[in-house]
Amino acid sequence: MNIQELLQQLHRGEPRSIGRAISLVEDQDPATAEILAGLDKSRIEQALILGITGPPGAGKSTLTAGLIQQLREQNQRIGIVAIDPSSPISGGAILGDRIRMMSHALDTDVIVRSMATRGRLGGLCASAGAAVRIMAASGCNKIIIETVGVGQTEMDIIRLADMTLMVLAPGFGDDIQAMKAGILEVADLLVINKADLPGADMLALHLGTVFPDTDDRDLRLLKTIASENQGLEKLLERIQLLEENYRQDNTLQQRRQNSFTLETMDWALELLRPRIANLIVPDSGTDPRVSAQNIIEQLGQEFSK
Amino acid sequence: MDQKNRVLIGKPGLDGHDRGAKFIARALRDAGFEVVYTGIRRTAEEIAASAVQEDVAAVGLSSMSGAHVRLFPAVIEALKQAGAGDIPVLGGGIIPDEDIEPLKQAGIEAIFTPGTSAETIIEAFQSACDKHHSQRS
Repeated sequence: MNIQELLQQLHRGEPRSIGRAISLVEDQDPATAEILAGLDKSRIEQALILGITGPPGAGKSTLTAGLIQQLREQNQRIGIVAIDPSSPISGGAILGDRIRMMSHALDTDVIVRSMATRGRLGGLCASAGAAVRIMAASGCNKIIIETVGVGQTEMDIIRLADMTLMVLAPGFGDDIQAMKAGILEVADLLVINKADLPGADMLALHLGTVFPDTDDRDLRLLKTIASENQGLEKLLERIQLLEENYRQDNTLQQRRQNSFTLETMDWALELLRPRIANLIVPDSGTDPRVSAQNIIEQLGQEFSK
Repeated sequence: MDQKNRVLIGKPGLDGHDRGAKFIARALRDAGFEVVYTGIRRTAEEIAASAVQEDVAAVGLSSMSGAHVRLFPAVIEALKQAGAGDIPVLGGGIIPDEDIEPLKQAGIEAIFTPGTSAETIIEAFQSACDKHHSQRS
């Protein structure tokens, strides 16, 4: 395949080339480096990467579909990376987030890609970042990443996204849940979805304690009923306000820098993985921590040759 | 290169009987496939556009309403229109014997009728994916 041609098609936003490029990268094709190095960097810089996370069943996909609708009314081109878990047993996956977004299936400015975690545990898949950049390079100016249904510590999305929205719904736990350390502390926006269900006000009260500053609380805590399209307009306003703030005070640029460092680290370790695996001596009787240190020393010697 | 089998399972047309489609999706998952599921009541164009965006190696269709003779070939046509005529289409459901040959003539890779074993279906998807992958590289 001609990669330069693929990159040109990608730049023109042709759907097939976007899907193809993401697959090649996800499957670690030898062309991966050439594809990723050839992406339009200014488009990537200008795009907003919005993370949507939350427990299973809180309404992430429905909320995403609602946001797509709002963003399309503003004539924005949108990319969606929707992640679902891979089976730890077979490695297979059912990718079903698209079902709730099918009303946009024929809109050529809504690009949806479903991805499986393929063994990653942090709520994303290893190639999520690359998929986002490929979409941005194809002209998507808002990119939504929908994580797998998460618990309290799946924090990969915070590192990758410019802004993270945590979707919760009534009935998932008491006030102690809101006090626990974890993703609630670092999400940019907390959204109480299914706000028409009993317990929504109580949840709002508990979540309010996450933000000690009342102005901050008013800005960052919202209620929605995504299935009825309620509260989404306001949510988008907040997202856009935060984006503006983050660009002005350099938060966004700093987050991108940080994201670059962490993703590079992840990939360096990932690419080393097979070589490390080769050096592990099973049943050697040593403690795993000691064995790891030995391997690093061995690798160091190999590198210095 | 670690190439995963990605396939799409869709239900074109108006019937809502999705037990079969879900059963196949789960069987494929258990065989290690990544299965994009579109849900019920999709148009041929929606299925084709999704298959393109998701870059799948095969599309599986399910129909229980008797409209397969029109709907399955419509998906093939929609894929061609979307520049993805190379993606193989397989179909299953309540399909009378006399319809099988015309459907294959229309380009459907394989047809599964009630009673076809999950193993047979998985094998057919596997070989469709293998064929598609080898055409590509």
